[in-house]
Amino acid sequence: MSNITTSELNIGNRRGEQNWIENALTICVWGLAFAATTGILLWMSAIVFKDALPAIKAFGLSFLWSQTWNIGREEFGALPFIYGTLVTSLCALVLALAFGIAVAIVTSENFLPVWVRYPLAFLVELIASIPSVIVGLWGIFVLVPTIQPIQQGLYAHFKWLPPFSTEPLGFGLLAAIIILAVMILPTIAAISRDVLLALPQEMRSASMSLGATRWETIWRILLPAGCSGIVGAAILALGRALGETMAVTMVIGNSIQISPSLLAPGYTIPSVLATQFPEALEPLHVGSLMYLASILFAITLGMNLIAVSLVQAIARRASR
Amino acid sequence: MSPSFEKSGNELYEPLSLQRSFFTQSLTVVAFLLSAIALLPLLSLLSEIITQGIGQLRWEVLVSLPAPLGMKDVSNGFANAILGTLLMVFLACLFAVPLGIIAGICLAELGKNSIAANILRFSTVILSSVPSIIVGVFAYGILVLTTRKFSALAGGFALGVIMLPIIALTTEEALKLIPKEYRLASSALGASRFYTIFRTVLPAALPAVVTGILLAIARAAGETAPLLFTALSSQFWPPMLEKLGKLLQASESEAFFKTLQQLPATLVTPTPSMSVLIYSYAQSAFKEQNALAWTAALVLIGLVLITNILSRLVTNVHLKNR
Repeated sequence: MSNITTSELNIGNRRGEQNWIENALTICVWGLAFAATTGILLWMSAIVFKDALPAIKAFGLSFLWSQTWNIGREEFGALPFIYGTLVTSLCALVLALAFGIAVAIVTSENFLPVWVRYPLAFLVELIASIPSVIVGLWGIFVLVPTIQPIQQGLYAHFKWLPPFSTEPLGFGLLAAIIILAVMILPTIAAISRDVLLALPQEMRSASMSLGATRWETIWRILLPAGCSGIVGAAILALGRALGETMAVTMVIGNSIQISPSLLAPGYTIPSVLATQFPEALEPLHVGSLMYLASILFAITLGMNLIAVSLVQAIARRASR
Repeated sequence: MSPSFEKSGNELYEPLSLQRSFFTQSLTVVAFLLSAIALLPLLSLLSEIITQGIGQLRWEVLVSLPAPLGMKDVSNGFANAILGTLLMVFLACLFAVPLGIIAGICLAELGKNSIAANILRFSTVILSSVPSIIVGVFAYGILVLTTRKFSALAGGFALGVIMLPIIALTTEEALKLIPKEYRLASSALGASRFYTIFRTVLPAALPAVVTGILLAIARAAGETAPLLFTALSSQFWPPMLEKLGKLLQASESEAFFKTLQQLPATLVTPTPSMSVLIYSYAQSAFKEQNALAWTAALVLIGLVLITNILSRLVTNVHLKNR
């Protein structure tokens, strides 16, 4: 690993003219780099907010809890979409955490030989690189038909429970939750695995030498020690789930309603953006969609800020 | 000997208490069970795409336009979508590759842990985690709303914004791996700072930088959400490529220049792409379109996975040789 960067070598200071060129080039390079990342980020926030202004002026904050969405009468409210986004993402997170941490433990501890562990971790990470639209395609033709009988069974036997109180159509919140869980699992598994691998080997040895079994070590020592990293992974995954568009749009049923039942169809903010933007003509309709986009942007930005600073803080502590 | 010592001495030879061994055994079973269930969707996904997609995969599918619905004896395919995706990824690369590499150089070479570099790194990481649909909304806001046209340009711009942070961060990692002796040797021979970066450090890191670009391309090629309302879709060849074809055929210089002048305008028209085609065909009521969606998925995933696995292998070999 190199510890010296070219800037610290202090080269290129011999001749005045070359120094001038160097400095100009340095400023140009920094300028381009900032314009490309920080600039685009700020520009993006400005554009989304600016185009949302007509709707912000028309509806104000009541947009957040209004339930009507009528394009013809130009009445718009965000609550069904916010509800759908939060319910699907949070349930998917709970589901993915259980499976993701299990995968992380199996692939980081010495249950299996290395030649099984590494391909296994690689295989799980492969899911992350499969385009979302293809996961959605699988959702429509494989997942929904598979879970349809399970949903029927839940409805038949647990009708009295609010989460299972409507006749299942196949497409709905439950399908979206499962597909989201599948898609965010690699994020949780990969980061948790890195966190567990980064814990010092002495921790395991110390615990084992005191007579703890392997699972007592994992449960009482490793997981609590890696807790902050796993929380960071979970927040990052939640950010992904909130913004996930295609797969959810394809299986959630796209129906503007708020139902306590997980078997009912729903709608999320990304999916309403995906389905309605191509046909949006009225300025107020476009503005309302932009308003929705800015709400989503703000939520995911907040999530990612927290997650990124948490993960970076841990990385800094580990490198020290 | 005191009785307590005897007791603890015997304990050494006792097996693990029932409770503790149950805890350990059952958690092992639970962890393996959960991992196996987590692998199921992946295996099902891959096997379904291969079995459902392979049946329709013929040469004519890759080289012909979508046939009008209901027509029987016409060759049906999605060549226009393949070319549209390639065109937009190419446009995205024009913008994202140079800027991404420059941002990577700033992060790794010019100011490693300076405040400016930390701000840059932070915004790059945040940019990489912005949902792709928001990037689409952004491109819609600045290009579609102002030009009043769905266009390949807007689609390519959105894909470029998605690719940029990936390229920047992988370039930073690649440059960090170059040993300091390279820089010392170069400056000892009298090279200036930028000469050292562009002629010594960057070429040495090139395989890893290319890996990052490949990863970003694989990611961009599979994106759908930002294309739905920026590039939209169409049933025809991407106009840009049609005009380019005419440009090659044009024999008179007058016709040549006329086509050349029309070229920029062709970027501001709706353009098909693989991922949007999969999306619309998957929701179609027609069985043959559903089947084609699987074939398109097979082609797309082939592209994405091969790029992905190749780039990872290249990185691994690259790291081992060091």
